[in-house]
Amino acid sequence: MSYLALTEADRDAMLEAIGVESLEELFADLPEGVRFHRPLKLAPALTEQELSAYFEQLASQNEHNGSHVSFLGAGLYDHYVPAVVDAVLQRGEFLTAYTPYQPELSQGVLQSIFEYQTAICELTGMDVSNASGYDGTTVAADACYIAKHATGRSKVVITEATNPQVRQVVKTYAPGFGLKVVEVPHRDGATDPDEFRAAAENAACAIFQQPNFFGVLEPAPDLAAAAADAEALPVAHVDPISLGVLEAPGHYGCALAIGEGQSAGNPISYGGPHYGFLAARSEFIRRMPGRIVGETTDAAGNRGYVLTLQTREQHIRREKATSNITTNQTLLALAGLVYLSWLGPQGLREVGETCTALAEYAKERLVAAGLELPFADRTTFKEFAVRVGRNARDVVRDALARGIHPGYALGRDYPGMDDVLLVAVTERRTKDEIDRLAEVLAG
Amino acid sequence: MKLIFEKSRSGRRAGRAPDTGGLPVPEIPAELRRSEPPRLPEIAEPDLLRHFTELSTRNFGIDTGFYPLGSCTMKHNPRVNERLAALPGFRDLHPLEDEERAQGALRLCVELQETLAEVTGLDAVSLQPAAGSQGELTGLMLMHAYFADRGEDEQRRKIVVPDTAHGTNPASVTMAGYELIDVQTDARGNIDVDDLRTKVDETTAGLMLTNPSTLGLFDENIEEISRIFHDAGALMYYDGANLNAVCGISRPGDMGFEIVHINLHKTFSQPHGGGGPGGGPVAVSQRLEPFLPVPAIVRDGEAYRLDYDRPKSIGKVRGFLGPFGVFVRSYAFIRAYGPALREMSEVAVLNANYLLALLRDDYDLPFDRLCMHEFVLSARRLKREHGVTALDIAKRLMDYGFHPPTIYFPLIVAEALMIEPTETEAKETLDGFADAMRAIAREAAEQPERLKQAPQSTVVGRLDEVKAAKRAVVRYHFEDHPDLSAEPAAAAGVEAPKGA
Amino acid sequence: MAAERNPGDLRYHPEHDWARIDGDEATFGITWFAQDALGELVHFEPPEEGAATTAGQPYAEVESVKAVSDVVAPLSGEIVEINRAIVDAPETVNADPYGNGWIVRVRLSDPSEAESLMDAEAYERYLAEQG
Repeated sequence: MSYLALTEADRDAMLEAIGVESLEELFADLPEGVRFHRPLKLAPALTEQELSAYFEQLASQNEHNGSHVSFLGAGLYDHYVPAVVDAVLQRGEFLTAYTPYQPELSQGVLQSIFEYQTAICELTGMDVSNASGYDGTTVAADACYIAKHATGRSKVVITEATNPQVRQVVKTYAPGFGLKVVEVPHRDGATDPDEFRAAAENAACAIFQQPNFFGVLEPAPDLAAAAADAEALPVAHVDPISLGVLEAPGHYGCALAIGEGQSAGNPISYGGPHYGFLAARSEFIRRMPGRIVGETTDAAGNRGYVLTLQTREQHIRREKATSNITTNQTLLALAGLVYLSWLGPQGLREVGETCTALAEYAKERLVAAGLELPFADRTTFKEFAVRVGRNARDVVRDALARGIHPGYALGRDYPGMDDVLLVAVTERRTKDEIDRLAEVLAG
Repeated sequence: MKLIFEKSRSGRRAGRAPDTGGLPVPEIPAELRRSEPPRLPEIAEPDLLRHFTELSTRNFGIDTGFYPLGSCTMKHNPRVNERLAALPGFRDLHPLEDEERAQGALRLCVELQETLAEVTGLDAVSLQPAAGSQGELTGLMLMHAYFADRGEDEQRRKIVVPDTAHGTNPASVTMAGYELIDVQTDARGNIDVDDLRTKVDETTAGLMLTNPSTLGLFDENIEEISRIFHDAGALMYYDGANLNAVCGISRPGDMGFEIVHINLHKTFSQPHGGGGPGGGPVAVSQRLEPFLPVPAIVRDGEAYRLDYDRPKSIGKVRGFLGPFGVFVRSYAFIRAYGPALREMSEVAVLNANYLLALLRDDYDLPFDRLCMHEFVLSARRLKREHGVTALDIAKRLMDYGFHPPTIYFPLIVAEALMIEPTETEAKETLDGFADAMRAIAREAAEQPERLKQAPQSTVVGRLDEVKAAKRAVVRYHFEDHPDLSAEPAAAAGVEAPKGA
Repeated sequence: MAAERNPGDLRYHPEHDWARIDGDEATFGITWFAQDALGELVHFEPPEEGAATTAGQPYAEVESVKAVSDVVAPLSGEIVEINRAIVDAPETVNADPYGNGWIVRVRLSDPSEAESLMDAEAYERYLAEQG
């Protein structure tokens, strides 16, 4: 299968117009020493039909969420993605467009980003949002970069109860930014504001996750106040699905709000692509990395949208840029906008309520089945930890044999928790499935 | 056109979640509870779909027409790839499933890695970076780790970048904590080797170069450049933005590069999506392999597994294994060609040279050489003689039904127009574009106001970018939303040229 | 270049900044060439009153749609006044770079530094060489 239109006749006419005898002459400038003379050692070309067969075979070798009941979360969640999202994303004018550098031809993408920015500001209670970041981990690194340049300080604080991959990415970026990273341990599944305050001394920013990786609700306003007291920027890493029922970070003192957008409108897709979101108070607008769309008018007074404040971006400031991000995650952010618009504020609240109601029911059923909740006194959102009495990875394997994935084995990320599972309950789960989970875990 | 928020009406909605089935909703503690609902749109599904459909009609994609943005490789996005990425076995697969339960996905990743190693002429690949610029940053982190391992990181603080480099290169250098050293381009469009020799020594960590360059020219001195850096003990990093010119023809590993990032959304047709997603995998030579991000995806006999035991790894640059959905599409694109990827590059170069031959008389050609997959023209003569700029030409092209090329980049060419047709364009499309460009050159001489007033056929005319930057209205403000049409325009004659 | 583009009573720094010296104080700004190259300014990031300036080093930033640019101090000293009018209306710098578009007023720490700055003629020659 090839996507070339070129015919023999075309080739001959074109070579003549160029003034060369053969295609090889077009490569005359390449030094002999760097030429590649053998064919590429790649599998032979496939027709579209063969391609489909091969990829279907690869796909069939994966145990996906449709093949068993899944309570697996730990950062990416099985929420329902409505059909309108696919319908919009498959419009070729969105799918195959480039970054909107020529605004007159790109009002569709530009306006949709402006609407996305508005939606993220509404969810998070902030004044400005960018057009998206790569995912929920890299936006944490972006937040650290903003904080470093805004405060001049070179330490960042992050809670141990924040997603392990978020912490790992921050630690990977930190040396290049000249930043030291300090982690604040969790106490019984949540973070102590006094410890957070002590760690935040001389920090550029202090990051916490709400709900945290254990699904526990942190004392978020107290954490934000603790950071602010140390003059560190309070940063909340939040779940968009929770923001119909949980307070917006901008309304309890945060400077920045970040998060993983996948739950709002993207399929899990074995880890990506998704979108990260980053929103801030207005004073940080000139430090925001990535694209930002602004409103303006044309000479006739028509309203229109353009990429703005681009002087911050890589292609003008070059070595003084606020970030090197160019290609971001526009199409996935568009999916997020469509999803949030489809739900509306009522629908978002309902999803949050259904998740918490079902998760609460799951906790009750598991306790009734004789299992222990390590953080029993904590309020949780859609995910919670449960002690399963033996190595959690073995429990997962055994449960899968009975058609259920019971959750994430926490032992890899948290010492001393080899027998603890993180169970995620989304609005796609049913009471029957939860009853079955309890049955399977009870042994 | 209205914003979706302006179409919102209290009480309307499209979707709903399943209800709790009679289960009580646990109370959120008062201090954590949402005080005011977010003002998301309240709209029914038919109007929701109409809104986004209308928005799409106000946008130009490759599906719409010719899109010759230099260095962006706007080639056709095969539709079968969308179907394949949506297969439930890929789409609904959780990355935290045990490896035995994701063998199809892991096998796809490994096969893609091996393909990219073969195309680049290098030894090991990480698929983790989410975009080209993240790949660049990863590459620079790899350099730090490599030199730190040898006790040379403190000493080697400098990265050499040509003055034609894409803006991400210097920005990545800063983010990685390195110092930027610029090197000049000579009259042939190659790196000025004499200038280079004075700038490379034992304090140099490496070079960041794309070859062919952003001028669309293959650096004829690449072997000498490679010797200069390797003699100084430095590394060479290849920015893969222009890889479409050389697949199967010349391999970066053979040119002397040790680290390469590939743009899956350029060379390997992951759809651009209006600005993403993309994929920026890095390929490295064997001596850099230990430092690659964790986990590595490896073959283990007949099976595939994740290797987390990588003590020298730089860490993690992105969640999980990277943007897997992008891997599916890119790998499918590659499997459709097989070894004929060479032909893909040959035709990309043929199409570009053909278009160059058609346009070289009406526009200035700063470097008189055969080009590779893209070329740079200058509109400086038209500016001098008729007062029209590259920006005016770009806007007028829209009225002819084409997306403009990249303008004002690379920075070393005045009134630059960087044109990359790609291999998936038919000859008649190239002829039509050349006709339009020649017509516009004539209009510049005879009726320049047609360029100055362009575009006339789009939903909005030229937008006031000064007003946008000054007012910085970056969200809808509901009742307090300003009416920018009531505010004065920017000073006349102020332009805001943009690159890409 | 016309005389009003580079007033004769000023001294010039190669980074396209000017100084109007008045005893042991001086006023700084950017030249006509600088504002023309940048295009209409949309933002001015002011320094703090009392901050020090060092000859040849940046002390503030201006931003147009095209670019952000450092504003370089021609002379060393302490900032005694900042032109607040250009914070709200940065385009004043374009309209009147030598008058209402002044940027800061500085108490000089080493007035002899002025000798190494260019006069208007030398600056014009310098601009011509730049091409």
